[in-house]
Amino acid sequence: MKGRTFIAFVGPSLFLMLLFIAAPLVSVLWQSFEVTQQVFETVEVETCTPGFPEQTCVTETRSRPVLMESGLPLTETRFVGLESYRNVLEPERAAAALRNGNIGELLNIDFWKALRFTLTFTLITLPLILGVGLVLALAVNNAVRSIRGPVIFVSLLPFIITPVIGALSIRWLFVGDGIMTAFLEWWLQQDIAMFAQGWTIEILMLFYRVWHVAPFAFVIFYAALQTLNMDTMESAIIDGASRFERLRYVIVPHLMPLIIFVSLIHLMDAYRVFEEVIGFRSEAHVISLQWLTYDFLTPDDSGNRSISRASASSMLTMIGIVILLIPLLMRTWRDHRGSS
Amino acid sequence: MKPLAKAVLAAVLLFVPSAASSACEFDNEVPVKSISAGFEAWKAVTAAMAECGNFEAELDQEFRKKQPAAFAATPSLYQIGGVANSTIVPLLNEGTIRPLDDLVAKYGQNLTSNQLIKVDGQVMSIAMMVNAQHLMYRKDILDDLGIAPPKSYDEMLAAAEKIKQAGVVDYPIGATMKTGWNVGMEFVNMFLGMGGEFFTDGVQPNVNNETGIKALNMMKALTEYMDPEFLVSDSTYVQQQFQQNKIAMANLWASRAGAMDDEAESQVVGKIEMAAAPAAVPGGKPATTIWWDGIVIAKNISDEEADAAFRVAMEGLDSDMVQANSDIAVWLIKGYQPGRLAVGAIESLQGGAPSFPASTAMGLMHTALGNNVADFLTGAKTAEQALADVEAEYTTSAKETGLF
Repeated sequence: MKGRTFIAFVGPSLFLMLLFIAAPLVSVLWQSFEVTQQVFETVEVETCTPGFPEQTCVTETRSRPVLMESGLPLTETRFVGLESYRNVLEPERAAAALRNGNIGELLNIDFWKALRFTLTFTLITLPLILGVGLVLALAVNNAVRSIRGPVIFVSLLPFIITPVIGALSIRWLFVGDGIMTAFLEWWLQQDIAMFAQGWTIEILMLFYRVWHVAPFAFVIFYAALQTLNMDTMESAIIDGASRFERLRYVIVPHLMPLIIFVSLIHLMDAYRVFEEVIGFRSEAHVISLQWLTYDFLTPDDSGNRSISRASASSMLTMIGIVILLIPLLMRTWRDHRGSS
Repeated sequence: MKPLAKAVLAAVLLFVPSAASSACEFDNEVPVKSISAGFEAWKAVTAAMAECGNFEAELDQEFRKKQPAAFAATPSLYQIGGVANSTIVPLLNEGTIRPLDDLVAKYGQNLTSNQLIKVDGQVMSIAMMVNAQHLMYRKDILDDLGIAPPKSYDEMLAAAEKIKQAGVVDYPIGATMKTGWNVGMEFVNMFLGMGGEFFTDGVQPNVNNETGIKALNMMKALTEYMDPEFLVSDSTYVQQQFQQNKIAMANLWASRAGAMDDEAESQVVGKIEMAAAPAAVPGGKPATTIWWDGIVIAKNISDEEADAAFRVAMEGLDSDMVQANSDIAVWLIKGYQPGRLAVGAIESLQGGAPSFPASTAMGLMHTALGNNVADFLTGAKTAEQALADVEAEYTTSAKETGLF
């Protein structure tokens, strides 16, 4: 392709990526080094609120933001360097916990608690999704032609459901005396409370994510199976390769680039796990890194929010994803170099 | 990329169509919009406002996330805002609502003095109703077992033990202890009820002390009699536990009382009685905080618009509306006849329960409590540890906000 044609095709997308991805990222990076504060003054304020039978008025000392002439609050922005990162990571406390060899203490710090869950969640769901996706693809590929259509349709359904809605449905099935809990209680003849402790919630979350994303892996793998070289397959059969050997030495190598592709996408998605925390209301037991950012960013009733810590936390999330992706990216790069 | 969860969870949005009708005393010519929470009382009030014509209401349970930004715009995106004692704080802080004294003088003949929310001598909001968490209990169960309605949390624990022994319901007690805002709120009620003060010098945190530990321990003692999934239970969940005959007592919001007698949902119609919130110490004030809901008028609009908006709002808050909707809230408006369901809120008010002490600092404290109290209840942290973490988180946020 000519250089100019190439630019003409890639240019618009490059421009949009710079505008909507790179520029916001730079601004978030910048914000994570700064803190914008309102300037407060301490005043005596008398507040009157409904009482019974008459109003009650209280006078108290209170901090109130200073308003400028224009009626806008006076704010000042300071460069704070890595302070917001320190506030998120709490390195001194983490180091002290590690020195004592007390993991429980480390996991009491929000960031490390979130990191622990995010990592286990990502790394446990990855092989499960690849495995379930592959098994589904092989099963459908070997199924009778007439039922393939319906089977593909049904297996794709979980992927179509909006993630939060899916998570909520699972919650409703299991919370309190939900249908599934009631069934389990009847079956096992004991009282079950799925949302009373962390590990049961985590199992539900893992189950939900695998159920939700496995169809994606399945579709990709199934498509790839259609391009499998039948000659190689037949020679493998003639050479006496068993089913497992055929899978190990013919099918999986054929699918390898796509397995890496699915893994890349899944690692990026799973590291940003969020819907499960909201849907399952698991904040008391498990939180994720993305939820932490969201929590910093959500204003409380009085309108406070921590933009700086939210920025720091989202930069840390991004760094985490990059670290996770490095091995896969390096492999892709090697393959690419090898093939060209 | 997946759509953000927020968007889906966000809320129930309902646009009340503006249709002029005869119930309003004047014909409104100026377009007026309002944004408020979406619970029953707001539906009734905005429907009454809509009768004046040219009015559009946005009812959104997540309004608190939009309101400050919408009111800071020039001109403001809404003329009327619905607020509570906490959500008025950002509007006051940013100076985006106007004092209402002149409008009250002009159009507020029917308001009672109790409705005028004053900050520094100026009327900043017109309250319409109060809300508070107070005791709701199954009268039939307590009567059967010969238990008097508990006046303090110690009595509540004793009652819970008897109910548990009798085995008449799944769990004796229900509570809104969902992690976050709800469980933070429970701590605030208990801590204030035990005579605690959240701050020294107005901003320095003061929860990691004897009172804080006692409050936490009382909460933990109560959880022994609850559904083990209490950390996911919000107001709706507790309401359903009552309606489905699963709990016998709870400290629940007055605004939920109406649902107990809703025959379409409830299996316990007429069996639930209301009383003041239990005291945290024997003989003390009810351990709860009083909330009010009311309207504010934006500053960044023309005086003409403000005039029209206030008149429309007064139509929404008139006696006709209250008489048609007397069961859905504890109104402050003239013409309100409190019924059986309002007893709990009124007794709590009479008992001297304090108003929720909303402020910038309290907002930060509430968030810190919401994030850390659960760790004590699950056993992940000791009471001292949890409270130390509350203070540490508060200090970090207060430094970031500029309070220190």
